[in-house]
Parts: sequence; C-alpha cells; structure tokens
Amino acid sequence: MDVLLTPSGGKEHLLLGNEAIVRGALEAGMAFATCYPGTPSSEVPDTLYRLRKQFPNKVKYYFEYSTNEKVALECAAGAAASGVRTLCTMKHVGVNVAADPLMTLAYVGVRAGMVLLTADDPSLFSSQNEQDNRYYARLSGLPMLEPCGPAEAKEMTSHAFDLSEELGTPVFIRTTTRVNHAREAVKLAKLGKVKQKSKFVKAPMQFVTVPAVSRNLHLRLLNIHKQAAALSESSPWNKISGRGKLGIITNGVSYNYVADAVADLGAKSKIKIFKVGMSYPLPEKKLANFLKSVDKVLVVEELEPIMEEAARAIAQEKGIKVQIVGKMPGQIPAKSVDVEIPKFLSRAFEYNPRLVRSAIAKAFGLKYKGTAELKLTGMPAPPGRPPNLCPGCPHRATYHAVKEVMGDEAIYPTDIGCYTLGLLPPIQAADFLICMGSSVSSAGGISRATGQKVVAFIGDSTFFHSGITGLVNAVHNNHNFTLVILDNGTTAMTGHQPHPGVNTDSIGDITTHVPLEPLVRGLGVKHVTTIKPFKVRASKKAIKEAVAHDGVSVIISKELCPLFAKRVAPTSKKPFYVNQDKCKGHMDCIKKVACPAMFVEDGQARINPMQCIGCALCAQICPENAILPVKAKA
Amino acid sequence: MSTQRIVFVGVGGQGNLLASNLLGQAALAAGVQVVVSEIHGMAQRGGVVESAVILGEATSPIVSNAEADVLVSFEPVEALRLLPKANKETLIITNTRPMPPFTVAIGAAPYPPPEESVAYLGKKVKKVVAFDGQALAEEAKNPLSLNMVMLGALFGAAELPIDVKTMKKVIRSQTKKRFAASNVKAFDLGFKAAAAA
Ligand SMILES: Cc1ncc(C[n+]2csc(CCOP(=O)(O)OP(=O)(O)O)c2C)c(N)n1
Ligand code: SF4
Repeated sequence: MDVLLTPSGGKEHLLLGNEAIVRGALEAGMAFATCYPGTPSSEVPDTLYRLRKQFPNKVKYYFEYSTNEKVALECAAGAAASGVRTLCTMKHVGVNVAADPLMTLAYVGVRAGMVLLTADDPSLFSSQNEQDNRYYARLSGLPMLEPCGPAEAKEMTSHAFDLSEELGTPVFIRTTTRVNHAREAVKLAKLGKVKQKSKFVKAPMQFVTVPAVSRNLHLRLLNIHKQAAALSESSPWNKISGRGKLGIITNGVSYNYVADAVADLGAKSKIKIFKVGMSYPLPEKKLANFLKSVDKVLVVEELEPIMEEAARAIAQEKGIKVQIVGKMPGQIPAKSVDVEIPKFLSRAFEYNPRLVRSAIAKAFGLKYKGTAELKLTGMPAPPGRPPNLCPGCPHRATYHAVKEVMGDEAIYPTDIGCYTLGLLPPIQAADFLICMGSSVSSAGGISRATGQKVVAFIGDSTFFHSGITGLVNAVHNNHNFTLVILDNGTTAMTGHQPHPGVNTDSIGDITTHVPLEPLVRGLGVKHVTTIKPFKVRASKKAIKEAVAHDGVSVIISKELCPLFAKRVAPTSKKPFYVNQDKCKGHMDCIKKVACPAMFVEDGQARINPMQCIGCALCAQICPENAILPVKAKA
Repeated sequence: MSTQRIVFVGVGGQGNLLASNLLGQAALAAGVQVVVSEIHGMAQRGGVVESAVILGEATSPIVSNAEADVLVSFEPVEALRLLPKANKETLIITNTRPMPPFTVAIGAAPYPPPEESVAYLGKKVKKVVAFDGQALAEEAKNPLSLNMVMLGALFGAAELPIDVKTMKKVIRSQTKKRFAASNVKAFDLGFKAAAAA
C-alpha cells in the first residue's frame, strides 16, 4: 500500500511537498478534487489520480482532471456549495484563467471546507511569467496560508479545510516551486473521515449573484475578512522566534533561508524573526507590536514587496519609529538568473541562502566570512544543453511538413506545451506566445492587421483548455488563417495527464472521449483535415490545401506522443540506420529536423539505435534514400 | 552535527533524482535531519537535471553558489557547468563518460575532452574523484544503474552521517525488485572505485 493512504498517524516519511499536500487533504477528509495540471503543482493531482487508480477500494474521494482552471474551480465550487470538502489545484497562471469565478465565489462562499492551491514559480523554472499570486488573496478577499516546506504544507492544508469551514469561505494555500518540489520528513496524522455525498440545499439569496444579492454578499465577504483578520492575530502560523532589537519579517521558503542565515551569522540573540504563515489577512496588530519592539526591520519575501508595503503602512499609521528595509524602492538585477544569480533582494527571481544571508548581514551591519566563489577563468566552456523534442516526437514531423510548405515567411503564433520547443533551431516556427490558447486568437489579430499568411500551432490539451472559444471567434468573424492542432493524445509537457480528447480505452479510465475532428467541424470550420505527420508527402499536400483555403482552416495532426505510447500501446518499430555507401553527406536530415538520436561521424549522419524509435521522418527527408530500417540491413 | 550540502547533477534519463531521493530516505532512516530539493520539468527532454540533499541542521532546500560540500556529477561537462556551486574545499565526484549534447553530436559545438575537464576541476577544488561510472554500471549488468554507482561513490569518498548498510537497505527496498541486486552491485562498485581514488 502507499504510505499516503496509511490510516493511522504517527510515522514519519520523506514526502515531496506536493505529496504532503495530498496527505494533508486526506487527513482532512477531502471528498472531491479538481485541477488543471501545471508545474509546480502537478504532482498533487497526479498523486490523487494514481491513488484512485491503484487503490479504487481504499480511496473515498472523487477526482477529475478538468478541462481548464476556470472549469476546475467552478466544478469545485459546486461541490463545496453542496457540502463536501473540496480541493482545487493549479499553477499560478491557472488562477488567471480561474479569476472570474474566483472573485464571485469569494462572495457566495462555501458550505464545506474548500482549499485552492496556487503553486507559484519564482525564477520561472517552467512558466511563462513569475507573477506573485499573493495579490489574488488581496483581490478576492480570501484568506491565504503559505507553508515554508513539505511538513508545514501538510499541516496547513489540513488546517485550511477547518479554517474554510469556520469562515464559510474558500482558503488559498500558496506554495512556490521550492516547497512543491522539496522533500523532507513529514509526520502523518490519521486519515480523516470522508463525507462523500451531500445534498444541495437551495439558498438563492446566497448562491445566485444577481446585483441585489451580491450587494449583500459583498458585505458578507467584508465581515468574513474581519473575522479572518482576528483569526490571523492568534494564528499559530504567524509566529515570532528569537530575541533582540533587530527584526526580520518573512514568509514561505524564505523563512528557511532567514532561519539558517541567522544561525550562520551567530545572531540568534540579536535578531527576532516574524514568520508569516497566514499571510492574508495579515496579523496587523501582531505586526505592529513586532515593529514597536525593534529598531530596524528587514522584510525578506520573494517577488513583490507586499509585506514590506504593509509593514510601512502599519508603521506610518501607528506612528511607529522603526526603520524598515527590504527591496523598496528596489534595484533591478542587470542580468537574468540564467546568466547571474542576483545578489540583492529584488522583485525578480527566487532567493537563496547566500543571498539572504548577505542581505541580512548588510542590513544589520553584521560580519560574515563565507566561502569564496571560485574564479573560473580559463574554464573549458561546457557546450549548451537545451531541451529538445524527443526522438520520434510527432511535433517535429508536423513542424517539418509545415516549414517545407510555408518556409520562414508565414507568421507562426504558437502555444504552450512540448511543441513550444519548436522555437529552437532548426525548426524556428514560433513567433508569438503569451498564454494558453493565445495561438488561435492572436492568429486572427495578426492576419487581420497585416494580411500576412498565418499558421498557428496548438496542442490538443491546450486546445480543449482554451482554444475552442478562440476558434469559434475566428469562424464567426471570418478570420483567415490555418490552425494546426497537435493531437498527441496526451498532456505531455506536464507529465502525460489525460484530457477530454484522450482515448480513454487506452488508459482504462471511465471518462468519455471527445474526438477532435467532429468538434472542430461542429464549431463551423469548413476546411478540416486530419493528417498522420509521419507520412510526410501526404501531410505536405494536406497543408498546402489548407493554407490555400480562404478563411479558417484546421489541420489535426494525429499521432501519439511516443513516451505516452510506450506506456499505453507499445509498438515494436525497428530503429533506422544510415547506409554509409549511399549517404553523400548532404546532412539534410540533421539540418532540417535535429533529432537527438542523430550524430555526425566521418562527415556522415549516423543514428543511435538506442535512441531511434523508428518514426521514419529522416528516412523521408534523405534525398539519397540512405536511411533504412535496421531489419533491411540483414 | 554540521551541515553537509550535496548537489547532484545529471542529464535527463540518468536518474539523479532517484539517487537524491534515496539518499534522503536513508538519512531519515538513520535519524539525520534532511531536506531534498529537485527541479522537475525538462528532464524528459534531454535537459540538465539538478537536485540537492542537505544533511544536518540547515532547513533551506537549496544550495547557493560556493556553498556545496560535495558535487556529484553524472557527466563530465555538467561538473564544469555546476562548478560555481563549489568552493576550494568542495569534494567533486564525477562520471567521466560523456553524454554529448546534440549540438556537439552534430559537430556544431566543441566538447571539452573529459581529461581536460577533470584536470580543470582538480585545479579548483581540494579533491576530485573521477572515473568511468558507466563502465561500472555495465559491469553490474544494469546500464541504467549509473545513479547507484554515483551514490556508492559518494559513500566511498565522503564522510557521511549515514552508514552504508542503511543506504543499501533503502536501495533494496525502494528500487524495482528486478533491479535490486544489480543496483546494490553497482553501488558497491562505485563505492570501491571512489574509496580507492
Ligand atoms: C493557464 C495555464 N495552465 C497550465 C499551464 C501548464 N501547462 C503548460 S503546457 C500544458 C499542456 C500542454 O499540453 P498539450 O497542449 O497537449 O501539448 P503537449 O505538451 O502534449 O505537446 C500545461 C498544462 C500553463 N502554462 N498555463
Ligand atoms: S514528451 Fe512526447 S510530445 Fe513531448 S517532446 Fe517528447 S515525444 Fe514530443
């Protein structure tokens, strides 16, 4: 059995932050969970999905991968309004998608505990921006808890359900990558009782937000906020440790950096730490007393100066004479973290122990002789190792065919997924990307504004997530572009989760498959073709016809992601090899598609049989027909 | 006990996340305070994968530049790329078998010869343990056990607060049954190679 399902408490296990969140929810008796995946949140839903599949008789919750975050939150809201404990998870930008229901869900509230996980990603390890979702607590008025590591993540998640029920409102758990993807010892408590089913009790004056109702609900929210503020004052998550006339206010993973730094600096008797765990509403009175008790305060928080601004406001209002330092007005790092790790507290990028230690030493005039950085002059330059589409990835074949037909002239709006790697040479078919779904809608804008040829790319999961409405818009407004839907039968980028377009038989789920082609036709697209991208000639022909179509045309490029296929429908294709007598060293194969299974030796292309999965794309590119399946050799 | 900061680096598919996770579990079993951190994401697609294991009093999940006590690199140029994490007292353990990135494989970028990389590392830090770990994985009849070889080398070369028996017990219980024996063999081979260095 899985440790996460251990009924009793007491034992310690090394858990990933995201597993700890799952356990916390199970200890709270969670009955319902929805999500849309996204790094760094994905292991929460993936673990819930796995447990339900492996232990159908042990697991008592309903779980779904929803179509997108807005849908996930609305579905969760329905469950929580019906009276079952509900968890909803997403990455930080997912909350943007869910922001519309969020703002008014805050008005109506919930009848059973509801927890919304927002997983932020300072330093953009795998995101399109590094927005600070603590602002969402302020925007919506919902309480927020911020754990500093896995053990606390479990405790807080579990507590958040109680808090949510006490206040009648959803509660945010906000993590950052370093909490989601850290492992530490987590002590289990016993599993909670699950109330699986409930009954929806009608109360239109609470749940139907016409203006007359919502006016009252806004007042309800403000009253809840007041109650939450009082709870924050006595919350065990807002704690002060240490002593001295110097103070640090900090939150989340930064707390660990601060605590280690104060120990390293030997300053435990000089510096008091205010660890903010319930970060909205802030415990303003407690903070005011803290500010009064010290001469100088440093605020250490990644991204936006939210607590810093709050501390300044409190000091100003209460006339507290304390010097507050942090990142305001703020320096801006000269270079991105890829090049250089910032050395001061900035609004950009995540912090680290050394940075925080030196910021504390500097702010408080403390001495610390740390280890010196090595001087790396004359170092042999390590060659770059950018990520690349896998060998046999169907996206590569689709891109190849489109580029052969359209060249570099067409404009290529793209979207988010593995296929975004089409940005890199030699494919270079990515010209515009701002968020999931933007490929389709921006294609309309670009083609209208310029009259240039536009071919947009979108993944299948992304199409279901937020491409459909854009496509309807394009049909309705008579836009003129071609949309290529990269249908690899999975959500590959974030760990191969299912989505509505996934053939459910292959994975043994009890969900219903929504096939793409009839959907696209139903939206009113007149020119729709489904291609098999590894049939290069036929694909090129279909693309030529699609781009010649006046109006919106759609190409569905259908081929399973081989990494996913390996799990669900293994095939036994033979690898290919380069016949050395036939190869004339044109290097077309390498120049055009850059498959990582290929390398060059003696002026000829070669194929690593350990990596080649026999997709035959290169064999169709070679003008000498020198690339052949291994079996033909014998 | 003092804090020990260990950083692992490898290329997608080499299994360094499993190595750091198992080390973390062994620490827990040995009653040593531990934090492990991982960067997920691009592992599948041939990118660089880093993880860290921090043993002892510290609670920060990551290791800053110049603050690693041990670097364990599964690939020689990745040891170079990770070098800013080291200081002159750092112990570096590296596999010498190259995994050339694509640009190198097609002749578009040079790849520093492993001897040169190792020699450079040797000039910068107190001790470098470099050996062909992949050969040992193959000797253990499990080419995918490089991560166990490197874990063994870590135990062979560094003073850790976890005993070898505990580590091996975790390997046996936490890796696939089919590979448990070859994984332990790989660990032993790595241990010996590093202890002899
Ligand atoms: C609003 C939002 N939610 C989630 C994500 C995380 N995310 C990035 S790409 C992606 C899905 C990619 O799947 P698909 O479109 O099928 O492309 P594939 O990776 O399979 O090629 C997800 C969930 C995001 N970037 N933004
Ligand atoms: S995981 Fe699948 S979709 Fe993503 S790059 Fe690899 S083969 Fe392509």
